[in-house]
Order: sequence, then structure tokens, then C-alpha cells
Amino acid sequence: MINFSLKELSEGLKQKKFSSVELTQFFLNRLDLYNPSINAFITIDKDKSLAMAKHSDEMIKEGNQDYLTGIPIAQKDIFCAEGWKTSCGSKMLDNFIAPYDSTVISKFNAVGAVNLGKTNMDEFAMGSSNETSFYGNVKNPWDTKTVPGGSSGGSAAAVAGRFAPAATATDTGGSIRQPASLCGLTGLKPTYGLVSRYGMIAFASSLDQAGPMCHTAEDCAAMMNVMSGHDPKDSTSIQREKENYLTGINDPIKGLRIGVPKEFFSEGLEPEVEKIIEQGISEYKKLGAEIVEISLPNNHLSIPVYYVIAPAEASSNLSRYDGVRYGYRTKEYDDLMEMYCKTREEGFGDEVKRRIMIGTYVLSAGYYDAYYLKAQKIRRLI
Amino acid sequence: MKFDNDEIKKVAHLARININENEADKVGEKLEGILELIDQMTQVNTDGIEPMAHALDINQPLREDKVTEADIREKSLKLSNETNQSLFIVPRVIE
Repeated sequence: MINFSLKELSEGLKQKKFSSVELTQFFLNRLDLYNPSINAFITIDKDKSLAMAKHSDEMIKEGNQDYLTGIPIAQKDIFCAEGWKTSCGSKMLDNFIAPYDSTVISKFNAVGAVNLGKTNMDEFAMGSSNETSFYGNVKNPWDTKTVPGGSSGGSAAAVAGRFAPAATATDTGGSIRQPASLCGLTGLKPTYGLVSRYGMIAFASSLDQAGPMCHTAEDCAAMMNVMSGHDPKDSTSIQREKENYLTGINDPIKGLRIGVPKEFFSEGLEPEVEKIIEQGISEYKKLGAEIVEISLPNNHLSIPVYYVIAPAEASSNLSRYDGVRYGYRTKEYDDLMEMYCKTREEGFGDEVKRRIMIGTYVLSAGYYDAYYLKAQKIRRLI
Repeated sequence: MKFDNDEIKKVAHLARININENEADKVGEKLEGILELIDQMTQVNTDGIEPMAHALDINQPLREDKVTEADIREKSLKLSNETNQSLFIVPRVIE
């Protein structure tokens, strides 16, 4: 069962080979056994997960089975889920029980998917190795001496370790694609605006986007069918008709045109990585796809632009953690300023604090035009 | 560009974060590295280029000013460290 695709799990549920409760219990048992050595999850709540599974079994019995009904999904701890601790990997939100569902979570709830638990991540999604979490490092299940990548390292480890059939994740500057690669999975950062950011804790709002982390493209398509869609609660959400990502998923790719940006094959590319990419390209050629060389001449500017935009937006977004309305508050203080400064000193980890300060600097008086506005313009050139 | 710790402490104060000397050194180094990296941006001619915030350049939509959300005041207040009736409590700011 651990290697079943979402489709196979869905068929198994339909044919009553197993129930959602049994399936959920099966993965919870695996979590008991193996999660302590991998640390892929921040919160596991068996009672909640099993209650959801029971409800899903009812849905299936009543003939209301959707593709993901009854299937346990690991949810990155960046998505608010009502009644679940939603920490974003930070001490700042260690006591935060989400009072409402993010749109992504409510979409999974609506189809009767089971929330298997909240996965570990770099603090506020800032990191590429899952070593900045308040809840400790995540290990790569393929080799526990190595990192799973980040920031969605918990989601990647959960799927790679077969603790969950699929997981949600988010990507600002590689946080789905890189851990998916390091854990041997298929991950997708969808086009910005396809998946609602409502209730997804913000890092850099103009770059943050949620997506799936799975074993196959077909599984990713099934997840996207649930996750995507216009949401009036997110003003950046794209208003277009919802696509069925499973349409044609198993069609031959003969005649498909695949663009390969030549700038990606420049200095700094490791020979081993290059070899694997070339192998992938020749595989596509063998399957009849047409490979077209394209050029992104300003691609080299994307890193400096990212280093301005991401911290700038983070410094603004993370200003909400002040110890007043929710989250951590320092114990001793004499006045409001001291309360703010100590709360943020103690509640944030080092990497998060550094990025906030860099963002504060590039946005501070006199620098906004030179850095943030300039970066926003170059972004269009890229 | 070199930063002294007073400048870094000023930025830290703007960000409302207490930092010690050691951390200020580290932030200074990191900031120097990043400024070196983003220096490439100054060479780029961006005359007449509109800033871009959304990959598909969509505009902010308007909606009717109507209450659509459930009332979660009780639940939200419970998340705070200190409240009084329906108010969040902070240290006195006006003498």
C-alpha cells in the first residue's frame, strides 16, 4: 500500500478493499515507527485524523466519492487548519491554534481528504535545507545523514518516506522544486495565482505559491484539481475557468514542444546534474517531443532581484508578529517598545531575523526606489 | 559598502528586533554580501519599464462591501496573551 498511487488508493477505497479509517491508521502507524528518526511532522493528531477518516468513509458509503475522498494527505504547517496548531516552523507561532481554514485546507476538507498532520518546514519557509525549523532538522529518508531540502522538507520527507501518499507544499524561491528533487519526488510550483494564498502564512507575497508534492505527475494533477481555482478571498487569484489537470495526463507526448533555456546550461552547473538533465532531455526526444532552445537573456538578474524582493516583502509581512494579538509574547517588559523588540528577538530564529533586517534596510528611507522599485522593474525584463 | 554596528542597530530598531554586538556583526556581513550581489541591478537600464508585481499583470479586483465571514471574535481573542472584554491589552502608551 505504501507505493500505491492516489488513483490506486482511490480505487481501493471504492472497491472496499480498505476503508479510509484503515488507510489513515496504516499511515499513522508508519508515522509512529519512522517519524521519530526523520522528524517530518510538527503536529500529529490521531483522533482528529481518524475522525476525518470516519466522515470520509460515510461520504464514500453515500456514493459521494471524489478522487481524493478518504485519502490521507500531509499538510505543510504553513496552511491554517481550524483547530490545528499552525506554527510555520516558528517559536513565534508555537501556541497558535488556527481559528479558521485556509482555502487550500477547506478545499481538501470539501472533497473529504484526511488531514494526516502538519509537516515540518524551515521557519517561515526561509531556508533550503530544513535546518532553521524551531522543531529541529528534518532528515532525508533516503539517507538520514543528508538534508531533505527546504523549505518544504517535511512534506518531501513525508512522501519520500511513505508516511503519506502525497503532501502539500509552498514555493517562494524553490521550496517545492528543490526538496522534491533532493527526495526523488515530483513537485510542482504552479503559475502564481492558480492556487489561493488565503490562510497560507505569508513570506514574500508576490512570489509565494502553493503546490503539490507527490510520486508522479498524475498524482500532482489530482492534487492540483483540488488545490487550484479562483478564490475571491485572494486578490491575486487568477480568474479563469478551472482546468482538469488529469485530462490527457497519460497521452503520448509526441509533438509536444519543450523549451530549454540555454542560459541554464552555463557556468556553475555541476557536470553530474548536467548529465542527468541531458538524459532527461534525450528521454523526451525519444518519446517524440520537440526540444526548442530558448533564451532568457536576463536570467542572471533573477538572483539579485530575488534577494531584494523576498526579504523586503518578508519584513513587511512579518511585522504582524508583535506579541499583541496572537503568537509568542516575551515575559518581562516595561513598555510597548520593549515588548515588541524582546518578543521579536526571542520569538524569531536567527535566519528569519536576518532576512527581516535585510528587508527593512532595502525598504528604508531613501533606498526604496534604488532597490525594491528597481527590482520590480527588472522582474519584468526577466 | 561597509556597515558599522550602529547602522545595523538602527535597522534592527526599525525592524523592532533587539540584537547584540555579535549578531549585528553577522547581519552587517550578510548585508554587505547581498549589496554586492544586488549591485548588478544598478547597471541595468530600466527607463520606461513598468514595475511588475504579478506574473500575469492582473489588477486588484473590487468586491461588494458585504460581510461574508463567520464571526470568529471569541476564537481570535483567545489567541492573545492578554485581553479585556473585546480588547487586546498592551502596556500603557499614553501617560
